[in-house]
Amino acid sequence: MGIELLVNLTYVAAAVLFIFGLKMLGSPATARKGNLVSAIGMFLAVVVTLLDQSIIDYKWIGLGIVLGGVVGAVVARSVAMTSMPEMVALFNGTGGIASLLVGWAALYGFDPNSFQMVTIVLSILIGGVTFTGSLIAYGKLSERMPGRPLVFGGQRIFNILLILGIVVSATLFVVNPDTIAYLYIVVALSLLLGVMLVIPIGGADMPVVISLLNSYSGLAACAAGLAINNIILIVAGALVGASGIILTQIMCKAMNRSLSNVLFSGFSAVASGG
Amino acid sequence: MEIVFLAFILMLSIFLGFELINKVPATLHTPLMSGSNAISGITLVGALTSAGAEHTQLATILGTLAVAMATINVIGGYMVTDRMLAMFKKKQGDAK
Repeated sequence: MGIELLVNLTYVAAAVLFIFGLKMLGSPATARKGNLVSAIGMFLAVVVTLLDQSIIDYKWIGLGIVLGGVVGAVVARSVAMTSMPEMVALFNGTGGIASLLVGWAALYGFDPNSFQMVTIVLSILIGGVTFTGSLIAYGKLSERMPGRPLVFGGQRIFNILLILGIVVSATLFVVNPDTIAYLYIVVALSLLLGVMLVIPIGGADMPVVISLLNSYSGLAACAAGLAINNIILIVAGALVGASGIILTQIMCKAMNRSLSNVLFSGFSAVASGG
Repeated sequence: MEIVFLAFILMLSIFLGFELINKVPATLHTPLMSGSNAISGITLVGALTSAGAEHTQLATILGTLAVAMATINVIGGYMVTDRMLAMFKKKQGDAK
């Protein structure tokens, strides 16, 4: 009980640091300090979580942290200043897939009730879309794939069918959690949806798309938090989800466009081009 | 009751997120995006318990992968944001 209280009180402190950090990031004079404040919040949240009594074995945690830490640090240090936005896209993608995996792993930790099943499926769905969407955004920005909008005949109908397929398979999985095949279908279709959502958008609009995907990765973390009953995931995820949407709108406004105009620009260009 | 409690927390956090961001100068759009992206790496906290709790072998594998991926997000995200902001400050200094 004592440790659980300490963990949760530290989560409150971490949430406060995230909130101040985000606020400070919004103004030039305090931005760098704001990033540090938010990093301290993250450090506290991670360290205190290691005290959690359900953690029995530290070797896999250590392996994951060392691997991820080395890769993240090396990439962040070596990347050229001009390719920062695509780097953010890649990092965002890793956050998305992490939420997908946390949601998936939650299936085996305890007997999830139907509310938790819904949130597990949501974290898998949003995490998957964030992952492949971010990879495509990275590909377009780094010019590893063509930046022009990729559209084909029947794409809208295909996307509508895809979304219907996700809704059906997700519902089937929530109702029959023991049929693991439905889970694999949800994972595969969400990964496909991430690709389909980003390919029709032109390379020049990618910063807005990355901002939107950043919001999604927050929502994915929030859904994972609801699935495993972790307050700091819910709070931090919702903060990023909401502030990410506002930032996306601000970025659209700066270009004198609306969000739907950016998201569906590829389709309208083809329609008006004949 | 628990779900109501979680819904309250969720709702308040979303409203707070909406209110936090306003009138951000265009030069800060990318660093702000990058900085909040690093915060979404909080999913690492969830990954830690999946990787360490020894529920099933599959859960441990999924959790370990999640820890690695989320750590890339956290470490890379904060470092890249700091690099961007450091450059930003230097540029302003040069202008003066």
